[in-house]
Amino acid sequence: MAFYIARRLLLALPALLGLVFLTFVLSRVIPGDPAATLAGDAATPAQLAEIRAQYGLDRPILEQAVIHVRQVLTGDFGRSVFSGRPVAEEIAQRLPATLELTFAALLLSTLLGVPLGLVAALNHNGPVDHLVRVLSVGGLAMASFWLAIMLQLFFSMELDILPLRGRVDVEIGMPPLRTGLVLLDSLLAGRGDIFVDGALHLVLPAVTLCLPGLATIARFTRSGVLETLQKDFVLYARAAGYGRVRLAAIYVLRNAVNMVVTQIGLLFGALISGAVAVEAIFDWPGLGTYAVQAILSADYKALLAVTLVVGVVYAVVNVLVDVAQALIDPRVAEDAR
Amino acid sequence: MTALRHIFRDPVAAFGLLVVLFAVFVAIFAPWLAPYPDDAFESHLLQRLRPPSMEFPFGTDNLGRDILSRVILGTRNALVVAVSVVLASMLIGVPLGLAAGWKEGWMSEVLMRVTDVFLAVPQLILALALGQLIAPGIGAAMVALALTYWPFFARTVFAETRRLRGALFVDALAGIGASPARILFLHVLPNAAPAILVRATIGMGFTILTAAILGFLGVGAAPPSPDWGLAVSEARQHLPEAWWFPTFPGLAILLLVLGFNLLGDGLRDAADPRLRRSRR
Amino acid sequence: MSIPVLQVQGLDVELRSERGVARILQDVTFTIPRGGTVGIVGESGCGKSTLLRAVLGILPKGAETPRGAILFDGQDILTDHAASARGRIGFVPQDPYLSLNPVFRAGDQILEIMRRHAPGSRADHKRKIVELFRAVQLPDPEGALRKYPHQFSGGQRQRLLIAAALACDPALVVADEPTTALDVTTQREILALLRRLVAERGLSLLFVTHDFGVLASVCQEVTVLYAGRVAESGPVRAVLDTPRHPYTRMLLACHPDRAADLAGIPGTVPAATAQPSGCRFHPRCPLAQPSCAAAAPPMQALGEGRAVACPWYETPLPETALA
Repeated sequence: MAFYIARRLLLALPALLGLVFLTFVLSRVIPGDPAATLAGDAATPAQLAEIRAQYGLDRPILEQAVIHVRQVLTGDFGRSVFSGRPVAEEIAQRLPATLELTFAALLLSTLLGVPLGLVAALNHNGPVDHLVRVLSVGGLAMASFWLAIMLQLFFSMELDILPLRGRVDVEIGMPPLRTGLVLLDSLLAGRGDIFVDGALHLVLPAVTLCLPGLATIARFTRSGVLETLQKDFVLYARAAGYGRVRLAAIYVLRNAVNMVVTQIGLLFGALISGAVAVEAIFDWPGLGTYAVQAILSADYKALLAVTLVVGVVYAVVNVLVDVAQALIDPRVAEDAR
Repeated sequence: MTALRHIFRDPVAAFGLLVVLFAVFVAIFAPWLAPYPDDAFESHLLQRLRPPSMEFPFGTDNLGRDILSRVILGTRNALVVAVSVVLASMLIGVPLGLAAGWKEGWMSEVLMRVTDVFLAVPQLILALALGQLIAPGIGAAMVALALTYWPFFARTVFAETRRLRGALFVDALAGIGASPARILFLHVLPNAAPAILVRATIGMGFTILTAAILGFLGVGAAPPSPDWGLAVSEARQHLPEAWWFPTFPGLAILLLVLGFNLLGDGLRDAADPRLRRSRR
Repeated sequence: MSIPVLQVQGLDVELRSERGVARILQDVTFTIPRGGTVGIVGESGCGKSTLLRAVLGILPKGAETPRGAILFDGQDILTDHAASARGRIGFVPQDPYLSLNPVFRAGDQILEIMRRHAPGSRADHKRKIVELFRAVQLPDPEGALRKYPHQFSGGQRQRLLIAAALACDPALVVADEPTTALDVTTQREILALLRRLVAERGLSLLFVTHDFGVLASVCQEVTVLYAGRVAESGPVRAVLDTPRHPYTRMLLACHPDRAADLAGIPGTVPAATAQPSGCRFHPRCPLAQPSCAAAAPPMQALGEGRAVACPWYETPLPETALA
């Protein structure tokens, strides 16, 4: 298993290195003269030359590429044009918020999607089944930013039962930060009030974000269960006297879940994309709002750093998915050898 | 045309086709269908934020423009953006996929690794970075979307070409002296067409959605364009009073993307019976 | 004196589908005495799988209202397949490759059956399984508990499934062509194992097959099915030596290898949705009389435990029918 994990990590490396290279090309080639961008419009030729020397822009392009890669690998993304602070620091500060949101959404879509898909499959062509079909196509067609606004309109503005924006109420304040995850940190600090408040703030963004995932997971659970139910081993298990509930909920589901787990890797991309808009709407202080802010202030260093970090998180999630698959189905790791 | 017959036999897919055809119709005749065709650009400050009525079925927006007219006019924008992006990605992705699939070697290896790089980041994030670096605006956003979507076509065509290259009839063609270009474009490409069509249909829905997000974030269409995503974004400052303002453009996005997704699903089923899993 | 392990009496099973009602089984009757081994033989489509599913209580959708009775230990399990019967009927499936769930350890799959149907603790169960693994000659019995199905060969998997069938000390073992998916050598080993287990443990066995040869090597009694009805029954040796029903006679005459396959005989097995009237074999039977089409001939006892559903059982077949 350890061998398998190492192998999967190695396979993800070339794409990530390529991404680093791509960000270099983007940052040096597309904006025209980066020195001019950095120095601003009013810079004198002397200032420009100084900046070129300072950033190594006067060196051969290949050497610059090597320097860029080295900087990125050591976690040096440069300074934000907008705030003047190191980009790496700002990202480290914001990443936990995005992770908390996306994992909450992923959890929600799994906890709802798997039972929905299972029930739909067991009632094949019944009312629940049709509902799940509509939901699974509709969920993927819904623009997250629009759903977010509609939910805000209804639950926060009309009914006023859920907070409109933010991560915790300003008056309650953040818990002492250890992991950067509000729910976890508030529990670590023994602050039940922050936990409840944080959870309430999480509801709308997570619900918005979970919809595409819920749709996908319900759909793949459904087809996975339907496919598994056709297998001989299910007939055998019934004949051998397995209980009905156990048969459906564990015996069949575990086979079906394998197809679902593959989807979770792909889903994570959709989640991160959705998070950009959802965070902007709910003022969620994560990478999404950071990216939007970077766009609006033309902070290309911040933007490229976000791209890279998201790429790394994406790769890690996909490796985790592969590992989970190997744990669920022992044949996966062996076939890969 | 068995595919078309299959679509008609599947009511859900037929609904998708109907929605898409309806949208195309609306897009083509938008200026004649819209009650106030000039409202894309004019403002009437005296009738700002009116709720839906007989006069304005979808209400009016913050500049007093008829939202129904803007939704109708926006259909054209949404479709033009999606068609251009999908066509451009096809023009990049299909030839590259054909070439890489046909000839094994370092070129094809490099090409597939390049698609890996592009697929290593969610499309929206990459499009945001690209679009911003090129220049803000709908043109750059379209270029960025095409640049992020072509790897999907390249992958699809690559897989089909690899599969077909091993097929007997391709060997036979090569045996009678047909040139690779001839085999690829006259024989392999038509066989890969269903897969490309499915990918394109799903890509349409995906692009409309992503372009709407870009518009919403202010990186896509710019005012006074009747872009749906932009309209939802403009509406935010007028909530909760003007509930109709974001509702109708959002519903338009939902309906059109739903149409393409349902159609794509139906086409996939028609193209490959083995994939019919989804609605078993 | 003891009641038979299994009594199937006048079993009728119909399968309703969009294409109509198929009469899969009609008036099937046979008995397995305690310690008895009965084989059901017939071509594919004769209804033997449905018979087996009825005994196991897993009739497919559309066949939920069978008529007749299946008495297991004197208790009717046809309409209400009591939980008490499960586990006490061990099942050896046809295909060892497909019958085990690939994502669970083989041992856990057997333990789950025992958890529901056998007394004792998990440790007891494990001990029992290892003991059974040894009895079915599975290599490394302790290690086998922790292995996944794909880590066994086909023959090993079938041994494993036989062990699973014995796990809850069943009163009856039901085997569904347990050797067809295996190669010839393995087939012989598995049959030898079954024979030994039957002899050593005094098992009652219901064995379904299309192969007379295989059947003869494990069973004492045979029931021949044709198109959902019993053609004849009796001790295996006697039926093989002097078959009575024209179907059995033609079958054995044209197949020295004793596979039940009427490919050499004109006509085909009737579709279950369009059964002929009267004796279902009459359209293909060289001895058929007009009366055969009118009513199904009843089972006639011939003594020595034999019975046949044909009044012409003593009439010789014309030479041409056997060519």
